[in-house]
Amino acid sequence: MKCIAFIQTKEGKATKASLEAAGLAAGLGETAAVVSGDLEGDGGLGAVGVSRVLQAPGNLDDSQLARLIAAAADQENANIAVCAQDHLGKAVAGRVAVRMGAGLIAGVTESPSEGRYTRNVFSGKAMAQLKGATDKLVVTTTPNAIGLPENAGTTASVLPFAPDLGSSKVEVLEAAQPNSGDRAPLPEAELVVSAGRGMKGPENWGLVEDLADVLGATTACSRPVSDIGWRPHHEHVGQTGITIRPNLYIAIGISGAIQHLAGVNNSKVIVVINKDPEAPFFKAADYGIVGDAFEVVPKLTEAFKSL
Amino acid sequence: MIFFYANSGRKDRSKKASYIGLCVGGLCGFNFALLIPGTLSHTFNEKAMEFLVCISKAPDTTSRIAFTEGDTRFNEEGVQFIVNPYDEWYALVRALELVEAHGGKVVIASVGGADCDPILRKALAIGAHEAIRIDANPQDAGQVASELAHYAKDKNFDAILCGKETIDHNTSAVPAMMAEHLDVPCIALATSLDYEGGKAILTRETASGIEKITVQGTFVLSAAKGMAEQRIPNMRGIMAARSKPLQVVAAHGATAATSVDRFVLPSEKDGVKLVDADNPSELVRLLREEAKVI
Repeated sequence: MKCIAFIQTKEGKATKASLEAAGLAAGLGETAAVVSGDLEGDGGLGAVGVSRVLQAPGNLDDSQLARLIAAAADQENANIAVCAQDHLGKAVAGRVAVRMGAGLIAGVTESPSEGRYTRNVFSGKAMAQLKGATDKLVVTTTPNAIGLPENAGTTASVLPFAPDLGSSKVEVLEAAQPNSGDRAPLPEAELVVSAGRGMKGPENWGLVEDLADVLGATTACSRPVSDIGWRPHHEHVGQTGITIRPNLYIAIGISGAIQHLAGVNNSKVIVVINKDPEAPFFKAADYGIVGDAFEVVPKLTEAFKSL
Repeated sequence: MIFFYANSGRKDRSKKASYIGLCVGGLCGFNFALLIPGTLSHTFNEKAMEFLVCISKAPDTTSRIAFTEGDTRFNEEGVQFIVNPYDEWYALVRALELVEAHGGKVVIASVGGADCDPILRKALAIGAHEAIRIDANPQDAGQVASELAHYAKDKNFDAILCGKETIDHNTSAVPAMMAEHLDVPCIALATSLDYEGGKAILTRETASGIEKITVQGTFVLSAAKGMAEQRIPNMRGIMAARSKPLQVVAAHGATAATSVDRFVLPSEKDGVKLVDADNPSELVRLLREEAKVI
């Protein structure tokens, strides 16, 4: 079996979510990667088991990227294409599946076992095990669900790749302004500190940020807090916001409505801090503190500092 | 009615026919009165718009999730089905707002059996003009996308709007697949859609933040939060929906390329371990030594 992995880069390095996708592919068979844009060395791809990297020009739209990935799969005789189920993956993977005449299994959370791929369904309330009915398959991986293989390879060779990609019908008028600063983007973050209406106002978020800083965590918030403008929309986690699965999710002053849980219930460990012992979030939590956030959070920050 | 004809005079005959259909169907003068100020403020040479909104049936968010037939099928017993929220709140409502501002119509389409009719009626009650049900029992996203694209391909819609994902399978795959079948751009996770001088201006979520773009020609989008706000259908809309056209068309025979082998429920959590509020160091110790996450 041969695979092609589509890799997204940030400052010349493969994103963590893309490395996870490449690692899953390398576990299935000989894997080549395809990249659009700059790459520093092999971008860290050799280390996860990629044998060679096809490097194409940057600034491609979803339609051009689909052509690129399908052309790379064709050249490499790959019957499985893998990428991360992130913003771009959601725009591109379906297209690649149609171009390749392949089935699509989106958002897998572990390496397949006997051709069966596991993914979350019903907003994280169940899992489904799926298999492809065709020879070809496109698989996307949920960020932060699959670990990286250790010492799977050394260095991958990088080759230029420039198939015909057609022209773009999409023109960017204003480029995105990076919004998370030095912190890891929410879908990839391993540690997340999140807060809700229990914080009483945006002026009190310093407590949340202090805790996040000491942990090196990314900050998030509940829907009401982003709706009333206390925090920016891109921090909103939950069913209508971003779905995350960090190793540690600390929820402060969030009651735990079912729509919020749908976005965070696959976190490996959930800590809930709430003054209401009846808050439904405690039922979904691994650890909890019943207490006033304004007293508990600064003490917790101090306790982490003394590590 | 005089106002009505003045308003629709700039549209072609088929569009006029669709409005007359609505009028006969029971939408009263009040709704037209709402429609007219928006349309009159726009130039008469502006083209009436036609949007296709793809609608999916989904179990209500609070449904108990259970499986049957050896864990191979979702147990629908006692489950309340709704219009997939992202299709309804974001895609449908934005299409309606644009038609209210620019004139035109909103067609909704769903792939499924007769059990989809109630959710199509709900979307008609919110304001969609016509409903199409492609008669099939789809097994995966590829099958749904192929059927929708087959229906849409000769219809010359200005844009095709979908929700960002369904809340049951959470695949986010249908919009991109449709776009590839139709060879048009797919704007995933779009947070706004406007038309300025006939040009589509959108914003979308990307890995590095919100990006503003323009697209040439027709396109497919998947709508995310910010696109529009939920609308509650009123009694007049519900009455009108009963007689709006709901056309059932035959599937073109797309097949599924993936299948569910088995559903699995996650193992129960052990229950929360409470730590005393005066002793947060204990929590730090547990996270480090027991959970091993820091």
